Amino acid sequence: MHVVVCVKHVPDTEAPIRIRGDGRGVEESGLNFVMNYYDEHAVEEGLRIKERAGGSVTVITAGPARAVEALRAALAMGADHAIHVQDPGLEALDHLGIARVLAAAIAPLPHDLVLCGKLATDDNASIVGPALAEYLGLPQATAVTALELGEGRATAHREVEGAVEVLEVTLPAVVTVERNINEPRYPSLPGIMKAKRTPITAKALADLGLAPDAAGGPHRVELVGLTPPPRRQPGRVIPGEPDAAVRELVRLLREEAKVL
Amino acid sequence: MTADSAPRDVWVLVDHADGRSVRKITYELLGQAQALAGAAGGRVVAAALGAGIGGLAGDLGVHGADRVMLADAPVLERYTTDAYAAVLAPLLEEARPRLLLMGSTAWGRDLAPRIAARTGAGIVTDCSAVEIEDGRIVATRPVMTRKAIARVAFAADGLRIAVVLPNVLPPAPAVPGRTAETVAVPVTVDPGAVRTRVVEIRPLARETVPLTEADIIVAGGRGLKGPEHFALLDELAGALGAAVGSSRPPVDSGWVPHDYEIGQTGKTVNPQLYIACGISGAPQHQAGMSGARWIVAINRDPQAPIFQIASYGLVGDLFQIVPLLTAAVRRLKAAPQG
Ligand SMILES: Cc1cc2nc3c(=O)[nH]c(=O)nc-3n(C[C@H](O)[C@H](O)[C@H](O)COP(=O)(O)OP(=O)(O)OC[C@H]3O[C@@H](n4cnc5c(N)ncnc54)[C@H](O)[C@@H]3O)c2cc1C
Repeated sequence: MHVVVCVKHVPDTEAPIRIRGDGRGVEESGLNFVMNYYDEHAVEEGLRIKERAGGSVTVITAGPARAVEALRAALAMGADHAIHVQDPGLEALDHLGIARVLAAAIAPLPHDLVLCGKLATDDNASIVGPALAEYLGLPQATAVTALELGEGRATAHREVEGAVEVLEVTLPAVVTVERNINEPRYPSLPGIMKAKRTPITAKALADLGLAPDAAGGPHRVELVGLTPPPRRQPGRVIPGEPDAAVRELVRLLREEAKVL
Repeated sequence: MTADSAPRDVWVLVDHADGRSVRKITYELLGQAQALAGAAGGRVVAAALGAGIGGLAGDLGVHGADRVMLADAPVLERYTTDAYAAVLAPLLEEARPRLLLMGSTAWGRDLAPRIAARTGAGIVTDCSAVEIEDGRIVATRPVMTRKAIARVAFAADGLRIAVVLPNVLPPAPAVPGRTAETVAVPVTVDPGAVRTRVVEIRPLARETVPLTEADIIVAGGRGLKGPEHFALLDELAGALGAAVGSSRPPVDSGWVPHDYEIGQTGKTVNPQLYIACGISGAPQHQAGMSGARWIVAINRDPQAPIFQIASYGLVGDLFQIVPLLTAAVRRLKAAPQG
């Protein structure tokens, strides 16, 4: 079973962010970048599949020079190969453009299964997985909480509104994973040493047969700007003994908030 | 006018529960579509896919659809990416509406990017608002764990898809007697070309209202101390007609299933009222709930960050306060409303 896992290098969600003066992004200096949280679960799932069924795990990212750290982290967990698509042309791409680039890089590789996180925690788009499936011409299962592989097909569980959906999908397929699909392992010391020695295959857009400006097609969406979220006014703490405080709360919910 | 020569219609993809009833998000999308189409002099078109869904058309008309495109066929009985994309993508390419609105629900998020990739449409997900500004369509969405709000503009031409968060926009008002023109869409999908099959749908018995649609949510955190105490929240929720959710520790400890989780790695919710019990209010939790209209915090630590964003705070022991609140709500509901 040959598994390809897509990973993204994103700011750690713990840290406060500073919006750039031009509003077109965030200041990267001082930010700590890590592998996208859901992608760790995708890497883990790939490794478990390899451990059960044999084969290989290849991790791939399309991103700036620093994104190599996400690949090293995946190698340290146990991935076999890593591909870094790096090109000045990437910067201008929207999510569909990135999905096209990933599809071009994955298409020539052996892939029985392509795994992604269900979303990236920086921009929350959850676009790349299904778009990648479309460009690769593969079926998809998204936000999967359990995955079982069979002969030429897989069974996936998904959380849908008010239910769990059990789905059968033919392989090869693109599967995006939820966090409760598994508990990612910590990299071992030998894993970290090996990760340092594993060569990382670098690809530019031209290597993938993509013209730098054509990779994303015409621009479909454009960021106008980022602003801080509206500040919530801290409300009031209702004083008094629990009994009296609860009575006052119910009165406020009824008369002021009008929600009861 | 802009160079946009495409029709002025705004489309809504109808999200429904097995064809029996339209989901709340659909009314919200219809309300948004009316505002956008009205400004441009276009129609509101509702596209409904499913099996045995003809009964939905009347309700869609009452809620603002001018036209209902009905794709009604057995192959569409359960949502599958392949079959739904095979029907919707050509419809869009032929009609070329100004905008398609979809709900950010499990199948909306699965389908929208696939359709965008197939048709080359611009796509913006998790929108909390969609507006027209100087002839451009601009969407607003929270990013970076809600630490920033992004405004994203669609290109002036071509197809556009906005995937909208549930419970944020006001629903279209019902206008009794209002009707929509119904157009039957021929469905020619080969079932053999559908590469996924829904084997089973296991309903979550407890989930009367999905968290993402609930007007009131009662949420519990580590302060609940054990799974058995979630019964306290169930009782309060029962009295309020609310849904029950949680912060992450109760999920990680196995007290409640993952679908309870609210926050960065759980659900984003936008209820009218959010009652946080024994939740400290970490940024990752706030990422999922700070869009609530009113927030009540019940926590024994007056320094807990949740009080920074709570409309009303009660400092004290939740094991004492929650039952008192349940009793007070029951009394209120039992009393003749005046
Ligand atoms: C990548 C990442 C993603 C994350 N995603 C999420 C997410 O999606 N959702 C989420 O919630 N968290 C998430 N977290 C975890 C988050 O950082 C916090 O750890 C978590 O929200 C804390 O949950 P809590 O408030 O229930 O627990 P705690 O922070 O331990 O707070 C418990 C609170 O209960 C109060 N309490 C205790 N006993 C009582 C009592 N008897 N009466 C009243 N109050 C009492 C305490 O005063 C305390 O304030 C994430 C973390 C990371 C690193």
